[in-house]
Amino acid sequence: MEKTITHIALFAALIAALGFVPSMMLPGGVPITAQSLGIMLCGTILGSWRGALAVLLFLLLVAVGLPVLSGGRGGLGVFFGPSVGFLIGFPVAAFVAGLVVERFRASILLSAGAGAALGGIVVLYILGATGWALMLDKTLAEVQIFLLAFLPGDLIKVVLAALITRAVAQMRPEALLSRA
Amino acid sequence: MLTLTSPHRIWAHRLPAGAKLAALAATTMVLFSLTSPLTLSLALAAILALTATGGKDFLTVALKSLRPLWPFLLIVGLWHFWTDDPTGGAVVIQRLLAAVLAATFVTMTTSLTAMIALITRLSRPLALIGLRPALLAMAVALTIRFIPVMLLQVATIRDAFRARSRRRPGWRLMVPVLLITLDDADRVAEALRARGGAG
Repeated sequence: MEKTITHIALFAALIAALGFVPSMMLPGGVPITAQSLGIMLCGTILGSWRGALAVLLFLLLVAVGLPVLSGGRGGLGVFFGPSVGFLIGFPVAAFVAGLVVERFRASILLSAGAGAALGGIVVLYILGATGWALMLDKTLAEVQIFLLAFLPGDLIKVVLAALITRAVAQMRPEALLSRA
Repeated sequence: MLTLTSPHRIWAHRLPAGAKLAALAATTMVLFSLTSPLTLSLALAAILALTATGGKDFLTVALKSLRPLWPFLLIVGLWHFWTDDPTGGAVVIQRLLAAVLAATFVTMTTSLTAMIALITRLSRPLALIGLRPALLAMAVALTIRFIPVMLLQVATIRDAFRARSRRRPGWRLMVPVLLITLDDADRVAEALRARGGAG
């Protein structure tokens, strides 16, 4: 019980800490932030339910006004902005990533990579693009082109999430709650 | 830890957090039901006027929080210019600005303590599905404490890396930081159990 709660709090803090990593700018002005790497790791290391709870805890801190969203953003305003679909998608993405690692009993590298890609890219993009479409009054077909700009950065993050999850599995196997 | 609450106290700081959140929810619902660019201009002007009651410094900080929106406004603006639908563009842009500014106003005028107290109160019904409010408050407090701890570990390990190598540490920091903080989390869990558990 105590271990679960401290690990959930730790991963919520990890997402926040990754928000302080300065974002890289891709050509064309697309920011690549490290924050979604934290979302993927919540799922692949903590598992589905705990991972989703850690992300919800992080979103709670954003909502109460801590500037922990990448770029020092925070407060209730971000939930009314165009990227709200991604914020709603974060816990779902962590849940799906965790579910894949729990159910797909291949090598941890492979299943963490598959989970991070399915949760952090497929699920997150569907919800994020839906949010853009609703908030900006466009159709899904019209906004999906912008997702392509984020794809290279997110593919790198999937690889990193898989490598980091494997390192934790090797060095702290008892901390890999998704396979506990 | 720095919060987005304005240190410049205005009248709205004295209102209860629950009332402000309820008013924000209502305002946003109205904003999303308006479809005429003219009424939305009036709504945006009203919210701007509300923010301006906090004085010049308060207004400047509030307007700065709108800055991350500009890429979206640019894309939407260009889009509607292209498709020859300036009315639709004006509706979307003004609605977005008004909604975000209203939410920022609530965040800037509500202290972290008041927000967490409100959340603990609102989360009381969740006890029915097994989530006790005390646990939630504990998790929030732990997370807020873990953030600076984690940033400190990053700084320590980055310095150690730099002392040994001229390369940039980059993502290589992630694994040692994660391992150290996982060990920290285990010790905190032990300490909690030794003091009677997390509640």
